[in-house]
Amino acid sequence: MDLLRLITCGNVDDGKSTLLGRLLHDTKSIFEDQWVAVQRASERRGDARTDLALLTDGLRAEREQGITIDVAYRYFATPRRKFILADCPGHQQYTRNMVTGASSAQLALLLVDVRKGLTEQTCRHAFITTLLRIRHLIVCVNKMDLVGFAQADFDRVREQFMAFAERLDAADIQFIPLSALQGDNVVEKSARMPWYEGAPLLYTLETVYVRNDTNLVDPRFPVQTVIRPQEDGAPDFRGLAGQVASGVLREGDEVVHLPTGFTSRIRAIHGPSGPVAEAFPPMSVVIELDRDLDVSRGDLLARPNNQPNQSQDLEVMLCWLASAPMDPARRYRLLHTTRETKCLVREVRYKLDITTLHRNPVPTPLEMNDLARVALHCQAPLFWDSYKKNRQTGSIVLIDEATNATVAAGMIL
Amino acid sequence: MSHFNLSHLDQLEHEAVHIIREAAAWFPHAAILFSGGKDSLVLAALARKAFAPARPPFALLHVDTGHNFPETLEFRDRFARDFGYRLVIRRVQDSIDAGRVAEETGPNASRNALQTVTLLDAIAELRLDAALGGGRRDEEKARAKERVFSHRDCYGQWDPKNQRPELWRLYNGRKQPDEHFRVFPLSNWTELDVWSYIQREKLPLPSLYFAHEREVFLRHGTLLAVSPHLPLQAQESSRREVVRFRTVGDMTCTGAIRSAARDLDTIIAEVAAARQTERGTRYDDRRSDTAMEDRKRQGYF
Repeated sequence: MDLLRLITCGNVDDGKSTLLGRLLHDTKSIFEDQWVAVQRASERRGDARTDLALLTDGLRAEREQGITIDVAYRYFATPRRKFILADCPGHQQYTRNMVTGASSAQLALLLVDVRKGLTEQTCRHAFITTLLRIRHLIVCVNKMDLVGFAQADFDRVREQFMAFAERLDAADIQFIPLSALQGDNVVEKSARMPWYEGAPLLYTLETVYVRNDTNLVDPRFPVQTVIRPQEDGAPDFRGLAGQVASGVLREGDEVVHLPTGFTSRIRAIHGPSGPVAEAFPPMSVVIELDRDLDVSRGDLLARPNNQPNQSQDLEVMLCWLASAPMDPARRYRLLHTTRETKCLVREVRYKLDITTLHRNPVPTPLEMNDLARVALHCQAPLFWDSYKKNRQTGSIVLIDEATNATVAAGMIL
Repeated sequence: MSHFNLSHLDQLEHEAVHIIREAAAWFPHAAILFSGGKDSLVLAALARKAFAPARPPFALLHVDTGHNFPETLEFRDRFARDFGYRLVIRRVQDSIDAGRVAEETGPNASRNALQTVTLLDAIAELRLDAALGGGRRDEEKARAKERVFSHRDCYGQWDPKNQRPELWRLYNGRKQPDEHFRVFPLSNWTELDVWSYIQREKLPLPSLYFAHEREVFLRHGTLLAVSPHLPLQAQESSRREVVRFRTVGDMTCTGAIRSAARDLDTIIAEVAAARQTERGTRYDDRRSDTAMEDRKRQGYF
């Protein structure tokens, strides 16, 4: 059984909670006592129908105000796959929450109300998923029961979306007509839409091929920590611990150490349960080299003939996450792989209007939910790849030194 | 095609090892919160793997309410010894004796909430900058939104509305000197994942998890163990039943389930088919809809 990480996005009324509730319910992931608790809470609040959002809206403020504040993670499994689902609220802080949820997702479920068609919100969501390099997009054309399961309405939404998607960089887009409320094409194929020849949603989620989304080409190994037993029977052991960011590393491979540029060979690789011949993402391993190099946290191993870029200057697509706007005079802490340094925002090149995809060259400071291309200057060089090529070595976050809050997420261009 | 595939359990293991190593890199004075329960023992086993052949840079910290099952304490000591951990114990009784907290009274009195004070005192006394816990997001709705690196202010409190966004594999562990972090490497595991991992790794378990005969009684729909800490009330009567526990907590608030599962295969089959959440047997969570959030805000595990 393998693992699929996905994100759901949609507007408030397009039936996202209903779809989620149905997926969880029909995969037997809702427990009876959870269900009873949600029913009781719904009744107490005077809802007309049991509000499935209460399953995930666990915080006191959320339950009292009937809103979703934060990304919630839900887990369900079928005999084929285990799913980790990040459920992102569709309002207000949508960009911030969606970027957070999308950063680790492989697939996005995008809900569209068939009666409303493509909305501004849908376009924003679709754009963010592709910006974050989610390779698989499933557009769930929902509420088909309200249009009499008519193919023409479904086709209209699909055509609208495809016209918009031409401007996006999406790898794989699928459309499924469904009724979350009545269960059509969610788990079982609907008998009421014989014209739809595809698979229902759950089967699609179970079978979508995601393995080739992983970068197995460029070996990158950011060092987390150096393991040196102080006691015990291994006084000479010196291992570099880390999680493979991309590529495949094998015993005997020649590697280059950054920042020094010295080369060495891999003597041994240790996985959590003992020696392994090769390591690939997302394995956490310990690597022994056959030359004693001066390695510490934040360094990186690559291949001599396949090295990342090295520079102090970066061009980044930045999403501002904090309620306090960006201060151009401020230095920010920057996290990249296992490296931490300081940086300065040299220039805001343009802000991106994610509804029209227009570039606005306004020199105003970034505010929460803004997306902008910026030029950063770092105190120390980073070893990076473009986010397009490599999600792990192409991503950064910025931290406010005064509050220690995470204020921005960035994708290196 | 299947060459570079990892099973879901492998992926969760690699993710947890990465988080544990990040915790060690960010926090030079961290400890593992160890209850002797299945989640914390999986965490301790993973931490040993993460730094092998060196020792993990953490001690095990147990907050002993004085109301633990004797089987749990016996297991705790044996596990720490066998896995080469230093065990640090802080007792709620000492907090009560020192006047830091007052014992709850009444028939449903529990020391569950009092643990928080003892825990926060221990974190201050031991100058811990992080406490790693076995908490999982599938356990409870308040936990579904908690970060992997979860910030605590200088009062040890959690502010769920003001959490730091967590993206990719980049964890922000920056803090002020008096603040600390809770780190949850098992965030993405489910109860079934934990059991499957215990089976795969052949990890030792406290005997409470397996079906055994025990003197129990029913209170508010929960099957509780008869013990000196929880006297029977007038209308209550006890009887011997074959039961097991799905979670390991205090004798005063941890309910048993009727079960004949005496080995891991049967337990896993039972968990997979379960229609009740594991914390459904926890009396402490049922005090209100947001009982867990309210305790967590105060600095609970």
